[in-house]
Amino acid sequence: MKNEILQILERDSRLTPAQLATMLGTTEEAVAAAIKELEDDKVILGYRTLVNWERTDRDNIAAIITISITPQRGDGYDKVAERIYKYPQVKAVSLMSGSFDLLVSVEGKSLQEVAMFVSEKLAPMDGVISTNTHFTLKTYKKENVIFTGIEQDDREVITL
Amino acid sequence: MNIESMISPHIEAMPPSGIRKFFDIVAEMKDAISLGVGEPDFVTPWAIREAGIYSLEKGHTHYTSNAGLKELRRELCRYTKRHYGLDYAEDETLVTVGGSEAIDLCIRALIRSGDEVIVPEPSFVCYKPCVTMAGGTAVPVETREKDEFRLTPEALREKITDRTKLLVLPFPNNPTGAIMEREHLEAIADVIRDKNIAVLSDEIYGALTYKGRHVPFASIDGMKERTVTINGFSKAFAMTGWRLGYAMGPKPLIAAMLKIHQYAIMCAPTTGQYAAVEALRSCDDEVEAMRREYDRRRRVMVKGLRDMGLSCFEPLGAFYVFPNISSLGMTSEDFATALLTEEKVAVVPGTAFGAGGEGFVRCSYAYSIRNINTALERIARFVERHKGK
Repeated sequence: MKNEILQILERDSRLTPAQLATMLGTTEEAVAAAIKELEDDKVILGYRTLVNWERTDRDNIAAIITISITPQRGDGYDKVAERIYKYPQVKAVSLMSGSFDLLVSVEGKSLQEVAMFVSEKLAPMDGVISTNTHFTLKTYKKENVIFTGIEQDDREVITL
Repeated sequence: MNIESMISPHIEAMPPSGIRKFFDIVAEMKDAISLGVGEPDFVTPWAIREAGIYSLEKGHTHYTSNAGLKELRRELCRYTKRHYGLDYAEDETLVTVGGSEAIDLCIRALIRSGDEVIVPEPSFVCYKPCVTMAGGTAVPVETREKDEFRLTPEALREKITDRTKLLVLPFPNNPTGAIMEREHLEAIADVIRDKNIAVLSDEIYGALTYKGRHVPFASIDGMKERTVTINGFSKAFAMTGWRLGYAMGPKPLIAAMLKIHQYAIMCAPTTGQYAAVEALRSCDDEVEAMRREYDRRRRVMVKGLRDMGLSCFEPLGAFYVFPNISSLGMTSEDFATALLTEEKVAVVPGTAFGAGGEGFVRCSYAYSIRNINTALERIARFVERHKGK
Protein backbone atom coordinates (compact mmCIF):
# COMPACT_ATOMS: atom_id res chain seq x y z
CA MET A 1 0.00 0.00 0.00
CA LYS A 2 2.84 2.40 0.84
CA ASN A 3 4.19 2.41 -2.69
CA GLU A 4 0.76 3.11 -4.10
CA ILE A 5 0.26 5.97 -1.62
CA LEU A 6 3.61 7.42 -2.69
CA GLN A 7 2.72 7.13 -6.38
CA ILE A 8 -0.57 8.93 -5.82
CA LEU A 9 0.86 11.64 -3.55
CA GLU A 10 3.75 12.26 -5.88
CA ARG A 11 1.18 13.39 -8.44
CA ASP A 12 -1.22 15.17 -6.09
CA SER A 13 -0.10 15.80 -2.53
CA ARG A 14 -3.29 17.65 -1.62
CA LEU A 15 -5.39 14.50 -1.34
CA THR A 16 -6.48 13.92 2.24
CA PRO A 17 -6.03 10.60 4.08
CA ALA A 18 -9.81 10.17 3.85
CA GLN A 19 -9.75 10.57 0.06
CA LEU A 20 -6.74 8.28 -0.26
CA ALA A 21 -8.50 5.68 1.88
CA THR A 22 -11.49 5.68 -0.47
CA MET A 23 -9.28 5.42 -3.53
CA LEU A 24 -7.37 2.49 -2.07
CA GLY A 25 -10.31 0.72 -0.47
CA THR A 26 -8.91 0.96 3.06
CA THR A 27 -9.47 3.02 6.21
CA GLU A 28 -8.47 6.60 6.89
CA GLU A 29 -6.56 5.46 9.99
CA ALA A 30 -4.49 2.97 8.00
CA VAL A 31 -3.56 5.62 5.43
CA ALA A 32 -2.71 8.21 8.09
CA ALA A 33 -0.51 5.69 9.88
CA ALA A 34 1.28 4.72 6.66
CA ILE A 35 1.91 8.37 5.79
CA LYS A 36 3.24 9.08 9.26
CA GLU A 37 5.68 6.18 8.98
CA LEU A 38 6.80 7.36 5.57
CA GLU A 39 7.38 10.83 7.00
CA ASP A 40 9.22 9.48 10.06
CA ASP A 41 11.43 7.31 7.84
CA LYS A 42 12.21 10.38 5.72
CA VAL A 43 10.74 8.72 2.65
CA ILE A 44 8.29 11.59 2.33
CA LEU A 45 10.41 14.73 2.66
CA GLY A 46 7.82 17.38 1.97
CA TYR A 47 4.71 18.49 0.12
CA ARG A 48 5.44 21.08 -2.51
CA THR A 49 3.79 23.08 -5.25
CA LEU A 50 5.17 22.82 -8.75
CA VAL A 51 5.35 26.38 -10.09
CA ASN A 52 5.91 27.45 -13.66
CA TRP A 53 7.68 30.73 -12.92
CA GLU A 54 7.92 31.42 -16.63
CA ARG A 55 4.25 32.34 -16.54
CA THR A 56 4.58 34.83 -13.68
CA ASP A 57 6.00 38.36 -13.74
CA ARG A 58 8.78 37.37 -11.37
CA ASP A 59 12.23 37.36 -12.91
CA ASN A 60 13.67 33.90 -12.61
CA ILE A 61 16.69 32.45 -14.29
CA ALA A 62 17.63 28.83 -13.97
CA ALA A 63 20.91 27.22 -14.92
CA ILE A 64 22.45 23.80 -14.93
CA ILE A 65 26.10 23.86 -13.92
CA THR A 66 28.30 20.87 -14.47
CA ILE A 67 31.29 20.74 -12.18
CA SER A 68 34.42 18.62 -12.17
CA ILE A 69 36.04 18.20 -8.79
CA THR A 70 38.96 16.48 -7.15
CA PRO A 71 37.72 13.84 -4.74
CA GLN A 72 39.17 14.22 -1.25
CA ARG A 73 40.74 11.49 0.77
CA GLY A 74 38.21 10.11 3.22
CA ASP A 75 35.32 12.25 2.07
CA GLY A 76 35.26 11.49 -1.63
CA TYR A 77 32.97 13.98 -3.33
CA ASP A 78 30.68 14.52 -0.36
CA LYS A 79 32.49 17.41 1.28
CA VAL A 80 32.57 19.56 -1.85
CA ALA A 81 28.98 18.66 -2.65
CA GLU A 82 27.95 19.75 0.82
CA ARG A 83 29.72 23.08 0.53
CA ILE A 84 27.82 23.64 -2.71
CA TYR A 85 24.34 22.50 -1.70
CA LYS A 86 24.31 24.66 1.41
CA TYR A 87 23.90 27.78 -0.74
CA PRO A 88 20.17 28.64 -0.99
CA GLN A 89 20.61 29.56 -4.66
CA VAL A 90 21.44 25.92 -5.33
CA LYS A 91 18.23 23.98 -5.91
CA ALA A 92 19.64 20.54 -6.66
CA VAL A 93 22.96 18.71 -6.61
CA SER A 94 23.67 15.19 -7.89
CA LEU A 95 26.84 13.17 -8.31
CA MET A 96 27.00 11.87 -11.86
CA SER A 97 28.86 9.27 -13.82
CA GLY A 98 30.52 10.40 -17.05
CA SER A 99 32.61 13.38 -18.10
CA PHE A 100 31.88 15.60 -15.09
CA ASP A 101 31.13 14.94 -11.43
CA LEU A 102 28.41 17.20 -10.04
CA LEU A 103 25.21 18.34 -11.73
CA VAL A 104 24.10 21.51 -9.97
CA SER A 105 20.88 23.38 -10.53
CA VAL A 106 21.00 27.09 -9.64
CA GLU A 107 18.28 29.73 -9.73
CA GLY A 108 18.52 33.49 -9.51
CA LYS A 109 16.83 36.74 -10.51
CA SER A 110 19.05 37.48 -13.49
CA LEU A 111 21.69 36.03 -15.79
CA GLN A 112 24.16 38.34 -14.12
CA GLU A 113 23.31 37.11 -10.65
CA VAL A 114 23.67 33.44 -11.58
CA ALA A 115 26.90 34.05 -13.50
CA MET A 116 28.36 35.98 -10.57
CA PHE A 117 27.40 33.20 -8.17
CA VAL A 118 29.22 30.66 -10.29
CA SER A 119 32.33 32.73 -10.79
CA GLU A 120 32.57 34.01 -7.21
CA LYS A 121 31.38 31.06 -5.17
CA LEU A 122 31.55 27.81 -7.11
CA ALA A 123 34.52 28.14 -9.45
CA PRO A 124 37.09 29.26 -6.82
CA MET A 125 35.99 26.64 -4.29
CA ASP A 126 38.70 24.26 -3.08
CA GLY A 127 38.56 21.01 -5.00
CA VAL A 128 36.63 22.44 -7.96
CA ILE A 129 38.59 21.91 -11.15
CA SER A 130 36.19 23.39 -13.68
CA THR A 131 32.60 24.56 -14.15
CA ASN A 132 30.36 24.73 -17.16
CA THR A 133 27.22 26.86 -17.03
CA HIS A 134 24.10 26.13 -19.14
CA PHE A 135 21.19 28.55 -18.83
CA THR A 136 17.68 27.19 -19.17
CA LEU A 137 15.87 28.85 -22.06
CA LYS A 138 12.54 27.07 -21.77
CA THR A 139 11.09 24.29 -19.62
CA TYR A 140 9.06 21.72 -21.50
CA LYS A 141 8.56 19.15 -18.79
CA LYS A 142 9.56 18.95 -15.14
CA GLU A 143 8.67 16.52 -12.36
CA ASN A 144 6.66 14.51 -14.91
CA VAL A 145 4.47 17.52 -15.65
CA ILE A 146 4.32 19.03 -19.12
CA PHE A 147 4.79 22.81 -18.98
CA THR A 148 3.94 23.65 -22.57
CA GLY A 149 1.40 22.40 -25.07
CA ILE A 150 -0.81 20.66 -22.53
CA GLU A 151 -3.30 18.29 -24.19
CA GLN A 152 -6.88 19.39 -23.65
CA ASP A 153 -9.85 17.12 -23.01
CA ASP A 154 -11.60 17.32 -26.34
CA ARG A 155 -14.12 14.56 -25.76
CA GLU A 156 -17.80 15.00 -26.50
CA VAL A 157 -19.96 15.65 -23.42
CA ILE A 158 -21.90 12.43 -23.91
CA THR A 159 -21.03 9.30 -25.83
CA LEU A 160 -22.66 5.89 -25.36
CA MET B 1 -38.57 13.11 -56.47
CA ASN B 2 -38.91 12.80 -52.71
CA ILE B 3 -35.69 11.29 -51.37
CA GLU B 4 -37.12 10.92 -47.88
CA SER B 5 -39.84 8.59 -49.08
CA MET B 6 -37.19 6.40 -50.66
CA ILE B 7 -35.42 5.55 -47.40
CA SER B 8 -35.78 1.89 -46.61
CA PRO B 9 -38.68 1.33 -44.18
CA HIS B 10 -36.71 -0.78 -41.74
CA ILE B 11 -34.07 1.96 -41.43
CA GLU B 12 -36.81 4.60 -41.18
CA ALA B 13 -38.33 2.61 -38.31
CA MET B 14 -35.03 2.32 -36.46
CA PRO B 15 -34.82 4.77 -33.53
CA PRO B 16 -31.73 6.98 -33.41
CA SER B 17 -29.34 5.87 -30.70
CA GLY B 18 -29.99 7.05 -27.15
CA ILE B 19 -32.43 9.61 -25.92
CA ARG B 20 -32.67 12.38 -28.47
CA LYS B 21 -34.36 15.01 -26.35
CA PHE B 22 -31.88 14.68 -23.50
CA PHE B 23 -28.91 14.73 -25.86
CA ASP B 24 -30.17 17.93 -27.47
CA ILE B 25 -30.24 19.63 -24.06
CA VAL B 26 -26.73 18.37 -23.27
CA ALA B 27 -25.44 19.77 -26.54
CA GLU B 28 -26.55 23.25 -25.43
CA MET B 29 -24.70 23.03 -22.10
CA LYS B 30 -21.11 23.69 -22.96
CA ASP B 31 -19.99 24.38 -19.38
CA ALA B 32 -21.48 21.24 -17.82
CA ILE B 33 -19.31 18.88 -15.81
CA SER B 34 -19.71 15.61 -17.60
CA LEU B 35 -19.78 12.07 -16.31
CA GLY B 36 -21.30 11.15 -19.63
CA VAL B 37 -18.60 9.80 -21.86
CA GLY B 38 -17.96 6.24 -22.91
CA GLU B 39 -14.27 6.64 -23.62
CA PRO B 40 -11.04 6.96 -21.61
CA ASP B 41 -9.80 10.41 -20.57
CA PHE B 42 -6.23 9.22 -21.08
CA VAL B 43 -4.65 10.17 -24.35
CA THR B 44 -3.21 7.22 -26.28
CA PRO B 45 0.19 6.35 -24.75
CA TRP B 46 2.93 8.21 -26.59
CA ALA B 47 4.81 5.12 -27.72
CA ILE B 48 1.69 4.08 -29.66
CA ARG B 49 1.12 7.51 -31.16
CA GLU B 50 4.76 7.67 -32.16
CA ALA B 51 4.54 4.31 -33.88
CA GLY B 52 1.60 5.67 -35.90
CA ILE B 53 3.56 8.79 -36.85
CA TYR B 54 6.61 6.72 -37.75
CA SER B 55 4.54 4.49 -40.02
CA LEU B 56 3.37 7.60 -41.88
CA GLU B 57 6.94 8.86 -42.20
CA LYS B 58 7.96 5.50 -43.63
CA GLY B 59 5.20 5.81 -46.20
CA HIS B 60 2.99 2.98 -44.93
CA THR B 61 -0.05 4.60 -46.48
CA HIS B 62 -1.50 1.74 -48.52
CA TYR B 63 -4.15 -0.90 -47.91
CA THR B 64 -3.18 -3.81 -45.74
CA SER B 65 -4.44 -7.32 -46.39
CA ASN B 66 -8.19 -7.55 -45.82
CA ALA B 67 -7.89 -9.38 -42.53
CA GLY B 68 -5.33 -6.88 -41.24
CA LEU B 69 -1.52 -6.72 -41.11
CA LYS B 70 -0.09 -10.17 -40.63
CA GLU B 71 2.28 -8.74 -38.03
CA LEU B 72 -0.66 -7.29 -36.08
CA ARG B 73 -2.64 -10.54 -36.18
CA ARG B 74 0.42 -12.41 -34.97
CA GLU B 75 0.78 -9.96 -32.07
CA LEU B 76 -2.93 -10.31 -31.28
CA CYS B 77 -2.55 -14.07 -31.03
CA ARG B 78 0.44 -13.65 -28.72
CA TYR B 79 -1.36 -11.07 -26.60
CA THR B 80 -4.41 -13.30 -26.20
CA LYS B 81 -2.22 -16.23 -25.26
CA ARG B 82 -0.17 -14.16 -22.82
CA HIS B 83 -3.14 -12.61 -21.03
CA TYR B 84 -5.83 -15.27 -21.25
CA GLY B 85 -4.03 -18.46 -22.18
CA LEU B 86 -6.14 -18.83 -25.32
CA ASP B 87 -4.69 -20.22 -28.54
CA TYR B 88 -5.81 -18.55 -31.74
CA ALA B 89 -4.21 -18.68 -35.15
CA GLU B 90 -3.74 -15.72 -37.47
CA ASP B 91 -6.53 -16.97 -39.74
CA GLU B 92 -8.89 -17.04 -36.77
CA THR B 93 -8.23 -13.33 -36.23
CA LEU B 94 -9.78 -10.40 -38.08
CA VAL B 95 -8.83 -6.75 -37.62
CA THR B 96 -11.81 -4.42 -37.90
CA VAL B 97 -12.82 -0.77 -37.74
CA GLY B 98 -13.49 -0.70 -34.01
CA GLY B 99 -15.22 -3.39 -32.03
CA SER B 100 -18.46 -2.06 -33.51
CA GLU B 101 -17.67 -3.30 -37.00
CA ALA B 102 -16.74 -6.70 -35.65
CA ILE B 103 -20.11 -6.91 -33.88
CA ASP B 104 -21.94 -6.01 -37.08
CA LEU B 105 -19.92 -8.52 -39.12
CA CYS B 106 -20.53 -11.34 -36.69
CA ILE B 107 -24.28 -10.70 -36.62
CA ARG B 108 -24.53 -10.34 -40.40
CA ALA B 109 -22.49 -13.46 -41.00
CA LEU B 110 -24.83 -15.54 -38.85
CA ILE B 111 -28.29 -14.01 -38.91
CA ARG B 112 -30.96 -14.19 -41.52
CA SER B 113 -34.68 -13.47 -41.49
CA GLY B 114 -36.44 -15.40 -38.74
CA ASP B 115 -33.40 -15.92 -36.55
CA GLU B 116 -33.49 -14.75 -32.97
CA VAL B 117 -30.61 -13.12 -31.09
CA ILE B 118 -30.70 -12.92 -27.32
CA VAL B 119 -29.39 -9.57 -26.08
CA PRO B 120 -28.94 -8.93 -22.36
CA GLU B 121 -29.95 -5.39 -21.43
CA PRO B 122 -29.05 -2.81 -20.22
CA SER B 123 -26.18 -2.95 -22.67
CA PHE B 124 -24.39 -1.04 -25.39
CA VAL B 125 -26.80 0.29 -27.98
CA CYS B 126 -25.63 -1.35 -31.20
CA TYR B 127 -26.63 -5.01 -30.89
CA LYS B 128 -30.35 -4.61 -31.52
CA PRO B 129 -30.07 -2.36 -34.60
CA CYS B 130 -27.44 -4.66 -36.09
CA VAL B 131 -29.75 -7.63 -35.64
CA THR B 132 -32.64 -5.68 -37.17
CA MET B 133 -30.52 -4.65 -40.16
CA ALA B 134 -29.57 -8.28 -40.70
CA GLY B 135 -33.28 -9.14 -40.80
CA GLY B 136 -33.27 -11.01 -37.49
CA THR B 137 -35.18 -10.46 -34.29
CA ALA B 138 -33.48 -9.20 -31.16
CA VAL B 139 -34.83 -10.76 -27.99
CA PRO B 140 -33.89 -8.61 -25.00
CA VAL B 141 -33.29 -10.32 -21.67
CA GLU B 142 -33.25 -8.02 -18.68
CA THR B 143 -30.43 -8.23 -16.18
CA ARG B 144 -31.29 -7.05 -12.69
CA GLU B 145 -29.66 -5.12 -9.89
CA LYS B 146 -30.37 -7.96 -7.44
CA ASP B 147 -28.27 -10.28 -9.66
CA GLU B 148 -25.56 -7.62 -9.88
CA PHE B 149 -26.64 -7.16 -13.50
CA ARG B 150 -25.32 -10.56 -14.54
CA LEU B 151 -27.10 -12.73 -17.06
CA THR B 152 -28.53 -15.65 -15.07
CA PRO B 153 -29.02 -19.13 -16.54
CA GLU B 154 -32.71 -19.01 -15.57
CA ALA B 155 -33.34 -15.73 -17.41
CA LEU B 156 -31.47 -17.04 -20.43
CA ARG B 157 -33.34 -20.36 -20.50
CA GLU B 158 -36.67 -18.51 -20.59
CA LYS B 159 -35.75 -16.68 -23.78
CA ILE B 160 -34.36 -19.58 -25.78
CA THR B 161 -36.62 -20.83 -28.59
CA ASP B 162 -36.08 -23.07 -31.63
CA ARG B 163 -35.16 -19.93 -33.53
CA THR B 164 -32.44 -18.75 -31.18
CA LYS B 165 -29.20 -18.66 -33.11
CA LEU B 166 -26.96 -16.26 -31.28
CA LEU B 167 -26.39 -15.09 -27.74
CA VAL B 168 -24.71 -11.76 -27.10
CA LEU B 169 -22.60 -11.62 -23.94
CA PRO B 170 -21.72 -7.97 -23.27
CA PHE B 171 -19.43 -8.31 -20.23
CA PRO B 172 -17.72 -6.39 -18.66
CA ASN B 173 -20.82 -4.37 -19.27
CA ASN B 174 -21.47 -0.87 -20.47
CA PRO B 175 -23.48 0.75 -18.77
CA THR B 176 -23.72 -1.30 -15.56
CA GLY B 177 -20.06 -2.16 -14.95
CA ALA B 178 -21.12 -5.75 -14.25
CA ILE B 179 -18.73 -8.63 -14.87
CA MET B 180 -19.32 -12.35 -15.22
CA GLU B 181 -16.88 -14.48 -13.27
CA ARG B 182 -15.89 -18.00 -14.28
CA GLU B 183 -18.66 -19.72 -12.33
CA HIS B 184 -21.30 -17.44 -13.87
CA LEU B 185 -20.00 -18.08 -17.36
CA GLU B 186 -19.94 -21.82 -16.72
CA ALA B 187 -23.61 -21.69 -15.74
CA ILE B 188 -24.41 -19.95 -19.04
CA ALA B 189 -22.31 -22.47 -20.95
CA ASP B 190 -24.28 -25.31 -19.40
CA VAL B 191 -27.54 -23.84 -20.71
CA ILE B 192 -26.39 -23.64 -24.33
CA ARG B 193 -23.96 -26.56 -24.45
CA ASP B 194 -26.33 -29.01 -26.17
CA LYS B 195 -27.95 -26.39 -28.41
CA ASN B 196 -26.99 -24.83 -31.72
CA ILE B 197 -26.45 -21.39 -30.34
CA ALA B 198 -23.41 -19.31 -31.22
CA VAL B 199 -22.04 -16.67 -28.85
CA LEU B 200 -20.88 -13.15 -29.58
CA SER B 201 -18.84 -12.23 -26.52
CA ASP B 202 -18.17 -8.50 -26.53
CA GLU B 203 -15.13 -8.18 -24.29
CA ILE B 204 -14.04 -4.69 -25.29
CA TYR B 205 -13.68 -3.80 -21.58
CA GLY B 206 -11.87 -7.05 -20.77
CA ALA B 207 -8.64 -5.30 -19.80
CA LEU B 208 -10.55 -3.22 -17.25
CA THR B 209 -11.71 -5.46 -14.42
CA TYR B 210 -11.16 -4.90 -10.72
CA LYS B 211 -11.54 -8.33 -9.17
CA GLY B 212 -9.07 -10.75 -10.62
CA ARG B 213 -8.35 -11.16 -14.28
CA HIS B 214 -11.15 -11.10 -16.85
CA VAL B 215 -12.33 -14.54 -17.95
CA PRO B 216 -13.06 -14.79 -21.69
CA PHE B 217 -16.14 -16.84 -22.50
CA ALA B 218 -14.09 -18.76 -25.08
CA SER B 219 -11.94 -20.11 -22.25
CA ILE B 220 -14.91 -21.96 -20.75
CA ASP B 221 -14.77 -25.66 -21.54
CA GLY B 222 -16.24 -26.42 -24.95
CA MET B 223 -17.23 -22.84 -25.75
CA LYS B 224 -14.36 -21.78 -28.01
CA GLU B 225 -15.81 -23.56 -31.04
CA ARG B 226 -19.03 -21.51 -30.89
CA THR B 227 -17.73 -18.16 -29.67
CA VAL B 228 -16.62 -15.05 -31.48
CA THR B 229 -14.77 -12.77 -29.09
CA ILE B 230 -14.96 -9.09 -29.92
CA ASN B 231 -12.25 -6.87 -28.58
CA GLY B 232 -10.44 -3.71 -29.54
CA PHE B 233 -7.90 -1.07 -28.71
CA SER B 234 -10.30 1.71 -27.73
CA LYS B 235 -10.76 1.07 -24.03
CA ALA B 236 -7.66 -0.89 -23.00
CA PHE B 237 -5.16 1.31 -24.82
CA ALA B 238 -7.16 4.56 -24.84
CA MET B 239 -7.40 4.49 -28.64
CA THR B 240 -11.06 5.27 -29.32
CA GLY B 241 -10.44 7.72 -32.14
CA TRP B 242 -8.19 5.28 -34.01
CA ARG B 243 -11.19 3.03 -34.65
CA LEU B 244 -9.47 -0.29 -34.36
CA GLY B 245 -10.95 -3.53 -33.10
CA TYR B 246 -10.72 -7.23 -33.76
CA ALA B 247 -12.60 -10.48 -33.67
CA MET B 248 -11.26 -13.92 -32.81
CA GLY B 249 -13.24 -17.06 -33.36
CA PRO B 250 -13.76 -20.31 -35.27
CA LYS B 251 -12.10 -20.21 -38.68
CA PRO B 252 -15.23 -20.70 -40.86
CA LEU B 253 -17.09 -17.91 -39.10
CA ILE B 254 -14.12 -15.52 -39.21
CA ALA B 255 -13.79 -16.34 -42.93
CA ALA B 256 -17.46 -15.44 -43.46
CA MET B 257 -17.02 -12.20 -41.54
CA LEU B 258 -13.92 -11.44 -43.61
CA LYS B 259 -16.01 -11.72 -46.78
CA ILE B 260 -18.41 -9.00 -45.63
CA HIS B 261 -15.50 -6.93 -44.31
CA GLN B 262 -13.61 -7.07 -47.59
CA TYR B 263 -16.59 -5.79 -49.58
CA ALA B 264 -17.79 -3.18 -47.09
CA ILE B 265 -14.53 -1.90 -45.61
CA MET B 266 -11.53 -3.40 -47.48
CA CYS B 267 -9.27 -3.17 -44.45
CA ALA B 268 -8.96 -1.32 -41.17
CA PRO B 269 -6.95 1.94 -41.31
CA THR B 270 -3.27 1.20 -41.88
CA THR B 271 -1.77 3.83 -39.56
CA GLY B 272 -3.79 2.52 -36.64
CA GLN B 273 -2.70 -1.03 -37.36
CA TYR B 274 0.97 -0.12 -37.15
CA ALA B 275 0.31 1.80 -33.95
CA ALA B 276 -1.59 -1.20 -32.55
CA VAL B 277 1.40 -3.50 -33.08
CA GLU B 278 3.38 -1.25 -30.76
CA ALA B 279 0.48 -1.17 -28.27
CA LEU B 280 0.45 -4.96 -28.00
CA ARG B 281 4.24 -5.24 -27.80
CA SER B 282 5.16 -2.64 -25.26
CA CYS B 283 2.24 -1.18 -23.36
CA ASP B 284 1.23 -3.78 -20.76
CA ASP B 285 2.62 -1.56 -17.99
CA GLU B 286 0.77 1.51 -19.16
CA VAL B 287 -2.49 -0.39 -19.48
CA GLU B 288 -2.01 -1.68 -15.94
CA ALA B 289 -1.30 1.85 -14.66
CA MET B 290 -4.52 3.09 -16.27
CA ARG B 291 -6.46 0.16 -14.84
CA ARG B 292 -5.25 0.94 -11.34
CA GLU B 293 -6.17 4.58 -11.74
CA TYR B 294 -9.69 3.63 -12.91
CA ASP B 295 -9.99 1.34 -9.90
CA ARG B 296 -9.25 4.22 -7.51
CA ARG B 297 -11.76 6.46 -9.23
CA ARG B 298 -14.30 3.65 -9.15
CA ARG B 299 -14.02 3.40 -5.38
CA VAL B 300 -14.37 7.16 -4.99
CA MET B 301 -17.45 7.18 -7.19
CA VAL B 302 -19.21 4.23 -5.55
CA LYS B 303 -18.56 5.54 -2.04
CA GLY B 304 -19.66 9.05 -3.00
CA LEU B 305 -22.95 7.83 -4.45
CA ARG B 306 -23.65 5.48 -1.53
CA ASP B 307 -22.88 8.25 0.97
CA MET B 308 -25.72 10.27 -0.58
CA GLY B 309 -28.07 7.43 0.15
CA LEU B 310 -28.32 6.09 -3.40
CA SER B 311 -28.27 2.33 -3.76
CA CYS B 312 -25.37 1.43 -5.98
CA PHE B 313 -24.21 -2.08 -6.71
CA GLU B 314 -20.45 -2.68 -6.83
CA PRO B 315 -19.37 -2.53 -10.47
CA LEU B 316 -16.25 -4.60 -11.10
CA GLY B 317 -15.54 -3.83 -14.73
CA ALA B 318 -15.41 -1.15 -17.45
CA PHE B 319 -15.48 2.46 -16.16
CA TYR B 320 -19.11 2.97 -15.27
CA VAL B 321 -21.18 3.12 -12.13
CA PHE B 322 -24.92 2.51 -12.42
CA PRO B 323 -26.63 3.94 -9.33
CA ASN B 324 -30.30 3.32 -8.62
CA ILE B 325 -32.07 6.69 -8.48
CA SER B 326 -35.62 5.35 -8.21
CA SER B 327 -35.84 6.33 -4.52
CA LEU B 328 -36.12 9.95 -5.67
CA GLY B 329 -39.36 9.22 -7.47
CA MET B 330 -38.12 10.44 -10.84
CA THR B 331 -37.64 8.66 -14.13
CA SER B 332 -34.07 8.26 -15.31
CA GLU B 333 -34.57 10.84 -18.00
CA ASP B 334 -36.16 13.37 -15.62
CA PHE B 335 -33.32 12.82 -13.16
CA ALA B 336 -30.67 13.33 -15.82
CA THR B 337 -32.42 16.40 -17.25
CA ALA B 338 -32.97 18.01 -13.84
CA LEU B 339 -29.41 17.25 -12.71
CA LEU B 340 -28.10 18.84 -15.86
CA THR B 341 -30.20 22.00 -15.66
CA GLU B 342 -29.94 22.49 -11.89
CA GLU B 343 -26.36 21.41 -11.19
CA LYS B 344 -24.81 21.23 -14.65
CA VAL B 345 -23.70 17.64 -14.30
CA ALA B 346 -24.24 15.33 -17.27
CA VAL B 347 -25.01 11.65 -16.70
CA VAL B 348 -26.76 9.26 -19.08
CA PRO B 349 -30.29 7.98 -18.34
CA GLY B 350 -30.31 4.19 -17.95
CA THR B 351 -33.15 3.95 -20.45
CA ALA B 352 -30.69 4.77 -23.24
CA PHE B 353 -29.39 1.22 -22.80
CA GLY B 354 -32.62 -0.68 -23.25
CA ALA B 355 -34.72 -2.86 -20.98
CA GLY B 356 -34.11 -2.62 -17.26
CA GLY B 357 -32.42 0.77 -17.48
CA GLU B 358 -35.32 2.70 -15.99
CA GLY B 359 -34.55 3.85 -12.47
CA PHE B 360 -30.81 4.01 -13.10
CA VAL B 361 -28.30 6.43 -14.56
CA ARG B 362 -24.85 5.74 -15.94
CA CYS B 363 -21.97 7.72 -14.43
CA SER B 364 -18.63 7.32 -16.14
CA TYR B 365 -15.47 7.58 -14.07
CA ALA B 366 -13.18 8.16 -17.02
CA TYR B 367 -12.40 11.53 -15.45
CA SER B 368 -9.81 12.94 -13.06
CA ILE B 369 -10.43 12.44 -9.33
CA ARG B 370 -10.86 16.19 -9.01
CA ASN B 371 -13.54 16.27 -11.67
CA ILE B 372 -15.27 13.29 -10.07
CA ASN B 373 -15.23 14.91 -6.62
CA THR B 374 -16.72 18.15 -7.94
CA ALA B 375 -19.44 16.21 -9.76
CA LEU B 376 -20.17 14.15 -6.63
CA GLU B 377 -20.56 17.31 -4.52
CA ARG B 378 -23.08 18.65 -7.00
CA ILE B 379 -25.00 15.38 -7.26
CA ALA B 380 -25.13 15.17 -3.45
CA ARG B 381 -26.61 18.67 -3.31
CA PHE B 382 -29.16 17.71 -5.95
CA VAL B 383 -30.14 14.46 -4.22
CA GLU B 384 -30.49 16.23 -0.88
CA ARG B 385 -32.80 18.80 -2.45
CA HIS B 386 -35.04 16.23 -4.11
CA LYS B 387 -35.07 13.61 -1.38
CA GLY B 388 -38.51 12.93 0.08
CA LYS B 389 -40.23 15.31 -2.32
